[in-house]
Amino acid sequence: MEWMAWTLPTALFFVAVGVLLSCMTVFELRRPCVERRGFLPLVTSRGDRLFIGLLASAYLHLAVIGASDWPLWVASLLSLAWLVVVLRWG
Amino acid sequence: MNKVPNNKAWWLVLPVFLLVAFSAVVPMMTVVNYSVQDIFDASNRYFVGADWYRQVLRDPALHDALLRQFIYSGCVLLIEIPLGIAIALTMPTKGRMASVCLIIMAIPLLIPWNVVGTIWQIFGRADIGLLGATLAKLGVSYNYAGDPLDAWVTVLVMDVWHWTSLVALLCYSGLRAIPDVYYQAARIDRASGWAVFRHIQLPKLKSVLLIAVMLRFMDSFMIYTEPFVLTGGGPGNATTFLSQTLTRMAVGQFDLGPAAAFSLVYFLIILLVSWLFYTAMTHADKE
Repeated sequence: MEWMAWTLPTALFFVAVGVLLSCMTVFELRRPCVERRGFLPLVTSRGDRLFIGLLASAYLHLAVIGASDWPLWVASLLSLAWLVVVLRWG
Repeated sequence: MNKVPNNKAWWLVLPVFLLVAFSAVVPMMTVVNYSVQDIFDASNRYFVGADWYRQVLRDPALHDALLRQFIYSGCVLLIEIPLGIAIALTMPTKGRMASVCLIIMAIPLLIPWNVVGTIWQIFGRADIGLLGATLAKLGVSYNYAGDPLDAWVTVLVMDVWHWTSLVALLCYSGLRAIPDVYYQAARIDRASGWAVFRHIQLPKLKSVLLIAVMLRFMDSFMIYTEPFVLTGGGPGNATTFLSQTLTRMAVGQFDLGPAAAFSLVYFLIILLVSWLFYTAMTHADKE
């Protein structure tokens, strides 16, 4: 694994993504989702909302890094809030 | 009869999952690791956090390359999709000519990218190229190596020549899959040619058009070889697109950290635009 040049932050990031996907899979098997329409302008499944939440979070981090001098944890906190909002009401 | 749900079939997906993991997920994880380090090789590396992302996102040269890339992909889609549909509609459906047309349409797709670049490089030369010499004889000022507009037009026409066939063949297969009863109903209703296209052919082509748009967007957004061979990214930086900028950074300068950060930004752009296309084109079905 040395050739992959792991660092602690990136390892934690991928562990978090793996845990998130595993939890969503178990959740889906226990309680299969029904597609619905929330505040997003399209009909979405739970997986769609997770994808939209994660993609928007990635862009939010890029925006904070590229266009501001805010610390990165601000973007992470905003992303977490956005993820909760879009999964619950999206 | 009651069907018993059995999820064991998911195990059949395992080989594909493993293949994707080794060909895409593991390399991507490595790129993410590289993007947060000042790295020369696995034993010489220093954690730098988001510094490379900051550098890449604030680089005016990359902003310019990104703008050029979006304009290029937009032009490619605006030309190739309608042209491909038009060609597919006019291709013969039966007889020997149908086979001949299919073979002719497939020829550009069989030519390797670097050969296409070389063909057009020679084709456009004023001294020995058919296009360049003809334009020179007609008194048209044309120099793809020196004039940015000429370079752009040549790169675009080259892409249209190379890839419109793909769109046409996809649309042709989509058109052949439409059952004849639709056309019979249209004839009974005395529908015009435009009405048949608008209400029968175009809706039935939606799924193949989705594939065509996605393929052409992703391919044109990642284009490298043809412009590199034809113009080398010039004149100046007029035809330097994102992949060429990335290659220069990763291979030419061996800046692996910034190149990895740039690769991920590049990937996110393609992911977002492809998802937008996909959602826009499948949205109507869900509604």
